[in-house]
Amino acid sequence: MANIMYWEAIRRAHDEEMERDPLVICMGEDIGVAGGTYKATKGLYEKYGAERVIDTPISENGYTGLGIGASFLGVRPIIEIMSVNFAWLAMDQLFNSAAKVRYMSGGQLAAPVVVRSPGGTAHQLGAQHSARMEKVFMGIAGLRVVTPSNPRQAYGLLKSAVRCNDPVFINEHELMYNMKGEVPDEEYFHPLEGSEVVREGRDVTLFGYNISVHWCLQAAETLSKQYGIEAEVVDLYALAPLDRAGIAASVRKTHRAVIAEEDEAPVGVGAEVMAIINEECFFDLDAQPVRVTAVNVPMPYNHTLEKAAIPSAGDVVAAVRKMFGK
Amino acid sequence: MQRDLARQFLYDIELARRFEQAAAEQYAQGNIAGFLHLYPGEEAVAVGTLRAADVGDYVVSTYREHVHALVRGIPAGAVMAELFGRSGGCSGGYGGSMHLFDRERRFLGGYAIVGETFPVATGVAYWLRMNEASDVALCYFGDGAVNQGTFHESLNMAALWKLPVLFICENNHYQIGTEIHRHSALAEVYQRACAYGIDSRRVDGMDVLAVYEETREALHYVRDGHGPCLLECETYRYRGHSMADAGAYRSALEVAELRARDPLLTFTQRALEAGWVTQEEADEMGARAGREVEAAVAFAEQSPPPTQLDKDVYVRPLDLYRGDA
Repeated sequence: MANIMYWEAIRRAHDEEMERDPLVICMGEDIGVAGGTYKATKGLYEKYGAERVIDTPISENGYTGLGIGASFLGVRPIIEIMSVNFAWLAMDQLFNSAAKVRYMSGGQLAAPVVVRSPGGTAHQLGAQHSARMEKVFMGIAGLRVVTPSNPRQAYGLLKSAVRCNDPVFINEHELMYNMKGEVPDEEYFHPLEGSEVVREGRDVTLFGYNISVHWCLQAAETLSKQYGIEAEVVDLYALAPLDRAGIAASVRKTHRAVIAEEDEAPVGVGAEVMAIINEECFFDLDAQPVRVTAVNVPMPYNHTLEKAAIPSAGDVVAAVRKMFGK
Repeated sequence: MQRDLARQFLYDIELARRFEQAAAEQYAQGNIAGFLHLYPGEEAVAVGTLRAADVGDYVVSTYREHVHALVRGIPAGAVMAELFGRSGGCSGGYGGSMHLFDRERRFLGGYAIVGETFPVATGVAYWLRMNEASDVALCYFGDGAVNQGTFHESLNMAALWKLPVLFICENNHYQIGTEIHRHSALAEVYQRACAYGIDSRRVDGMDVLAVYEETREALHYVRDGHGPCLLECETYRYRGHSMADAGAYRSALEVAELRARDPLLTFTQRALEAGWVTQEEADEMGARAGREVEAAVAFAEQSPPPTQLDKDVYVRPLDLYRGDA
């Protein structure tokens, strides 16, 4: 086990897959000569050359579509979109081409592309560089969405995504690239479907994904130590398809659910998880499920307002305390 | 001009014209639904360009692509069955008129988002370059597509990386119902290519021989490794944008003037004058094309509908590809 940073884990997955298969390429803005904004492709240009490590123009829809077209014939592109805010521009190609081509061609073509992009609120990046977009991607049939909460997942999910014959969107986080964690020394493929129980508990399930898993874990510690509430934490690393069985199993055990997400509430991950709980295990509930979400505003620049707009571990604790009347 | 080639052109145009006529009739009878975009008037473009292409070249086309599919060699029955939404269709009944696919014939689709073909075809060309293949990606688009961002983004990338793609503009002078001078500051599409240093040319898209010759030259240029080329074919569609459009925004005089340059009419005349066909042979060709279309309709009618709703949404089972290594 090596203790490495999230960006190093992503870089390692790129390197291993590119070394193994000459059809694996990567592309994006500043990923080659400049080494990548998040260092996720550092050194790859020198090792694999300009044809396989492509510095693209600022044409998100164009180069995403180029990768998709190449993937129809067997190329396996890993596309980095520098910020998820720019991925809005690539949605036409991702949604209209990549997600639909297998179906509308009667199974003749597939688009095995990986699109990686960091979302989330970082340090006062303002309204146009702080978006969370996973809820948009997860509603598109034909597209897979995964979101790593630690370096092990960042490595293993990318490895699996490269080898998956469906288009996969990997939702990363601006604040997590320097997070350290254990990654197996041997090759590791993380499942693209399912969920992980990262903390066992009996009283309430805290559902999180990506950065909010960490709020949930922190909240669970506080709840245990200060309030005697034992929370189970479930990491929803796969947002599409969502793990219906895993969600239901945990709620059947704890009978209570809180969903923590950095995204805004409307039509969000929490809304979908609550719908699944209603559909699968409504009568197992002892309390109404609760969402802890961002406030539905464009992200403010001001530091204090920014903090107020997004949730934290404290908000998760507060939601659980309210649920238990403590 | 080879006699055999001329006869091929003539048959292709006859088949195209009759196929689209039959599609209109089947639409009127309710056997075809959705949006149906027909090609009469533009046949010389698909026939001239695709007959100049090699079988190894890849085709990425628009939603007005029945004739491209036919000339590419997809059986007329498979195209008609797709229009009917039947399992015998070239996309299994899952695509419809606007989404014809045939991977084996390197026909990589009809796309119904205007401008969507540019990045896809440019990506296909990227793959060709990676494989050091001599094949070319043929990218079809209309005059309405050149104001999409993808046009400029893709031309820039294709030129920047010298990719083997031939951009073929089917300029029928209308984006849906808006005439080109009302939607484009520059109505000469080929001139736009100079912004990216791309070689471009313009040809009379009603003249199948001219289209064929220009395409051959353009393909030579691209195959020789010079990078992309843009070919603008000036053409016209007699019908409205789709079956839902009567085309009332055009004068009867305008349509009549263009009909006088009809590719079927003019090329038949030329073939007769050159002695490539006799009148009797030309008549027989038309009759043969008619029989092929009748058989296509019959095939579509008896083809069963697809039944599995959730087929091919995701890979099932989710097994991971391991590549060659």
